[in-house]
Amino acid sequence: MSVSTTPVNSIVSFEKPRLQGLLDALKQAGYRVVGPRVADGAVVYDELDSIEQLPLGMIDEQDGGKYRLERDAAAGYFDHVVGPHSLKRYLFPPQETLQQLRLKDGDWHVEPPRVADTPLAVIGPRSCDLHAMAIQDRVFLEGPYVDPGYRARRERLFVVSVQCRRAAATCFCHSMKTGPRASRGFDLALTELDDCFVIEVGSERGGEVLASVAGWKTCSAATVDRATEQSVRLERSMNQRGAAENAPHAAKPRQLDTRDIRDLLLNNLDHPRWDEVAERCLSCANCTMVCPTCFCSSVSEVSDLTGEQVRRERTWASCFTAEHSFLSSGVVRNSTTARYRQWLTHKLATWIDQFDTSGCVGCGRCITWCPVGIDLTEEVAAIRETAK
Amino acid sequence: MSKTSDHNSTEPAKKPTIAVFKFASCDGCQLSLLDAEDELLAIAHQVEIAYFLEARTRTLAGPYDVGLVEGSITTEHDAERIREIRRQCRFLVTIGACATSGGIQALRNWADVGEFIQQIYATPQYINTLATSTAIADHVPVDFELRGCPINKDQLVELITALVIGRVPRVPNYSVCVECKRRGTVCVAVAKGISCLGPVTQAGCGAICPAFNRECFGCYGPQELVNLKSLCAHYEEQGESRDHLVRLVRNYNGYAAEFRAASDALEQQ
Repeated sequence: MSVSTTPVNSIVSFEKPRLQGLLDALKQAGYRVVGPRVADGAVVYDELDSIEQLPLGMIDEQDGGKYRLERDAAAGYFDHVVGPHSLKRYLFPPQETLQQLRLKDGDWHVEPPRVADTPLAVIGPRSCDLHAMAIQDRVFLEGPYVDPGYRARRERLFVVSVQCRRAAATCFCHSMKTGPRASRGFDLALTELDDCFVIEVGSERGGEVLASVAGWKTCSAATVDRATEQSVRLERSMNQRGAAENAPHAAKPRQLDTRDIRDLLLNNLDHPRWDEVAERCLSCANCTMVCPTCFCSSVSEVSDLTGEQVRRERTWASCFTAEHSFLSSGVVRNSTTARYRQWLTHKLATWIDQFDTSGCVGCGRCITWCPVGIDLTEEVAAIRETAK
Repeated sequence: MSKTSDHNSTEPAKKPTIAVFKFASCDGCQLSLLDAEDELLAIAHQVEIAYFLEARTRTLAGPYDVGLVEGSITTEHDAERIREIRRQCRFLVTIGACATSGGIQALRNWADVGEFIQQIYATPQYINTLATSTAIADHVPVDFELRGCPINKDQLVELITALVIGRVPRVPNYSVCVECKRRGTVCVAVAKGISCLGPVTQAGCGAICPAFNRECFGCYGPQELVNLKSLCAHYEEQGESRDHLVRLVRNYNGYAAEFRAASDALEQQ
């Protein structure tokens, strides 16, 4: 049986309202579709039935500890950047039952948990998010121990990524070399232009879904150029951040100097800045929860009152909690200083030893969603300034 | 419920006894036990409810395996009674904000109780109370604390299950933020500029209030590491008034050591 498809790497375009056709095609193909929607003052991922639900005309102003949605007449469907949610919650859910046992007639019966089998399509991940997913893939799939739940969900995930045409002040993908342009890791990538969407096909599945969308046409070279130019322009402006004078009262656009960052941090474990940041840090764990690469979890055995049903549950955990470093002798990292240092040195330094990549993709979520606005780019800069 | 008859025959001898005691409180925490409707029969099957005046008139004499204590100490008589209860209970567990930190009635600790009595009661001379409302742990050693205003019934069932099975209860001491993020709630502090106590408050409620666009009021008391100095400084910087912050921190768990120190420091600044 031949399936109609649009070849990988081909670039097509459709008029903006045709985006609904893509949603419908995904649903037709059996996907549950999730995408960006405004809820409780932020753009989050939620079920998407209609493109009317997309945050058209909204932009997000982000700064340390601050996120505000604003109306902008010039803004399109996707001119917000990253919100508090990421792909992480779909691939590595906050809570998951790994195993369950039931005592029946004196015997224990293993009841393997059901992994959700409905394929999921997510519209909206950015280049930084795709890099974060690649990092989590490495953690959950590429070591000697493959996580079966993650693998099942990952195989059923369809990603429609969006090329950013705007950056928040907290974004620093340009420093981490993770963006702003998404070049791989997606099934389809959308570039929003003022008059149309340009769609790049990233996988065979992507091509098949796209083929069933009515109204797309092969992209003219001029339109392809316009789409590319948009990303290039954004990247150029991000790269010029250090040079440009910041407008008064405007959030400072972030950047991170990553030169020798591993050695810089590991050679400065006694730097006074760790104590200084601990004065501000709340040990609340928000940064690790919103980080799209943080993968720590806690596994516990849960029993019911009769002891006849036992579940093994995994929940998101954080190096900012006491239980994270609890060993038989007690809690190893008792101070906020130790916990912040553990987080930052793992994320930016020892992660490289462990996974051959930085654990940071420059999405800036940890900066925005820190209740007191602690900014890792600022912390690293401070350490660099007076490093040993 | 499938139970082997074997199991039933050995049950009476093994059932641990539970006693529930009340001090100065609203009864909401005890009610959580009765609210555990789905689990109540299983609980009654696994433990002997020996003393629980709100639920049954029959009482069994101590000693008890587990004493659940609700409420704070506000009278001389209470202070004496908790000592006797401690002697009667192998494990003493405080349930709720009143028992663990003095409760909302500990606001009296910053005021003149005599004045309250004069203003509220028709015949003030009948009132015999202490100047303070204090936590059970200020009077006797406490083996375990279940936080909350009121406590969470799932945590209560978990506590009873752990005691029956003989393991440590799974009651996390990290922040409410962890629960907010797990359930995907948008942070009210960051996205709306609402002063929220989530980052300094212990989890356990499931982060209910922020899910309804309200701040965390600190019902579960201080999380394991509290940094209210930084959090309040940040809220003040965002334009919050110091008065509001004092009232926010000085609430159901206002007299818990970390919260008390923070509100006192705010007033002294």
